Amino acid sequence: MHVSKFKDAEHLVRLAVACGIVFVLFLVARAYFIPKSFGQYGHYRGNALAEQSSKPFVYAGHQVCEDCHSDVLAVKKAGKHAGVNCEACHGPLAKHAEAPGSVTPQLPDTAVLCARCHEENIAKPRTFPQVAIAQHSGGALCKSCHQPHSPLAQPGGKQS
Amino acid sequence: MITRRRMLMLLPAAALAWEYVLAGTPEMAPNYNRSEHWWGMLLDISKCIGCGNCVRACSTENDVPEGYFRTWVERYHVADWPQETPEVDSPNGGKNGFPPSKAVGGKNFFVPKMCNHCADSPCTQVCPVGATFHTPDGVVLVDSSYCVGCRYCVQACPYGCRFLHPTKRTAEKCSLCYHRITKGLTTACCENCPTGARQLADLKNPADPIHEFLKTHSVQVLKPHLATGAKAFYYDLDGAVR
Repeated sequence: MHVSKFKDAEHLVRLAVACGIVFVLFLVARAYFIPKSFGQYGHYRGNALAEQSSKPFVYAGHQVCEDCHSDVLAVKKAGKHAGVNCEACHGPLAKHAEAPGSVTPQLPDTAVLCARCHEENIAKPRTFPQVAIAQHSGGALCKSCHQPHSPLAQPGGKQS
Repeated sequence: MITRRRMLMLLPAAALAWEYVLAGTPEMAPNYNRSEHWWGMLLDISKCIGCGNCVRACSTENDVPEGYFRTWVERYHVADWPQETPEVDSPNGGKNGFPPSKAVGGKNFFVPKMCNHCADSPCTQVCPVGATFHTPDGVVLVDSSYCVGCRYCVQACPYGCRFLHPTKRTAEKCSLCYHRITKGLTTACCENCPTGARQLADLKNPADPIHEFLKTHSVQVLKPHLATGAKAFYYDLDGAVR
C-alpha cells in the first residue's frame, strides 16, 4: 500500500494546481497585453518608430521650393542670402507644396522679419551684419532699399 | 447605464480596438535603413544670432504647446569678473527673439539648446515602462501611447530637455524630427536656421561634412563629465555654459 511522506498531501496538490492555473492565466494575459512589436529593436514597442516616421510635415524643405521657384533660387544663390532657406522667411509651406494652386502663401512683413535677424544686439557675432533699425532706416521699409532675396543695399531703392 | 448585456456586447469591440492599438501602424519610410545612420547635431555658437527661427519652426512642426520648448535659445552674459556666474536669459525660450542686452562689456553670446540625443541617455535608463528608448539610428524618442507620465525621465535629463505635455500628460521631447530625417529631409530647426548655426549630422555617413568639421575644429559637448554620450556637438562653446 502506498504510504505518503506527507500527511494529508491532497491540499498541497490543490494548492499547486491553483498556482499553476494562475501562472498559466498570467502567461496568457501577458502574451495578450504586450504589443506584438515589443522587443523588436529593444525594450520598447518597435512600431513606435514607424508611427513617429509617419507624422506629416509642416515645413516642406527648400529642395521642394526650388523645384518650382528656380528663378528665385538663381537670384538668391548670387546674393548674401544664399544660405537662408525659403521657409526661414516665408514660413511653413508644406501645404502650398502639396497643392500650389489652392494654398497661396502670404508675403512676410519685412518690418518684423528683417529685424529678427538684423536688429543690433551685443550678443550677436560681431561679423554678422546688424543695424539699429530705427536709426538706420528712419521708419522706411527695408525692402524699399534692399531686395530680400539678394539684399545688398541698392541706392535709390532699385530692385533687381 | 451599463447593463450586463451591454457590457458583454462592448467587450469584443474593446478587444478589437485594443488589437488595433497593439498592431500599430505599418512601416512608412520603406527606403530608409535604420542601421545605416547615427544621428547627431552640430551647433555652431559663433554663428547663432538668436533670431529664434529654430524655436518657432520646432513648435510649428511638432505642435509644441505654448510655453513649452523642445528647443530653445539662451543668451549668456559672462562678465569680466566673476566669470563663474554668468547671467543667462531666455525670454519665452527665445521664440520671439531677444530684446536689446542691458549687459555692458564682458562676453555675450547665444546658445541654442535641445535634446542631446545621448548614446547613453539617463532619461531612457530610468523609464519604468519602456516608453522612451534609443532608436537603432541614435535618436531618443518617446512612445506617447506607452508613457504613463511618471516624470522620472524629466528629472533624469541633466540638460532639462524634457517636459510633461500639459494636456496629453505624457513625456515630450525633441524627436530630432524623426518624421523628416527618415525621409531624407533635415530637421525643422536646421531647415529654418538662417546662418547655418545648426546642422543635422549623420555620423555614420562618411560623406557628411560633420567629419571634416570635427577633424578641423575644437568641438565640445555639454556636461561631458556626465559621460552621457551626448551627440549635440557645440563649436565655440564657452566654459561658462551649463
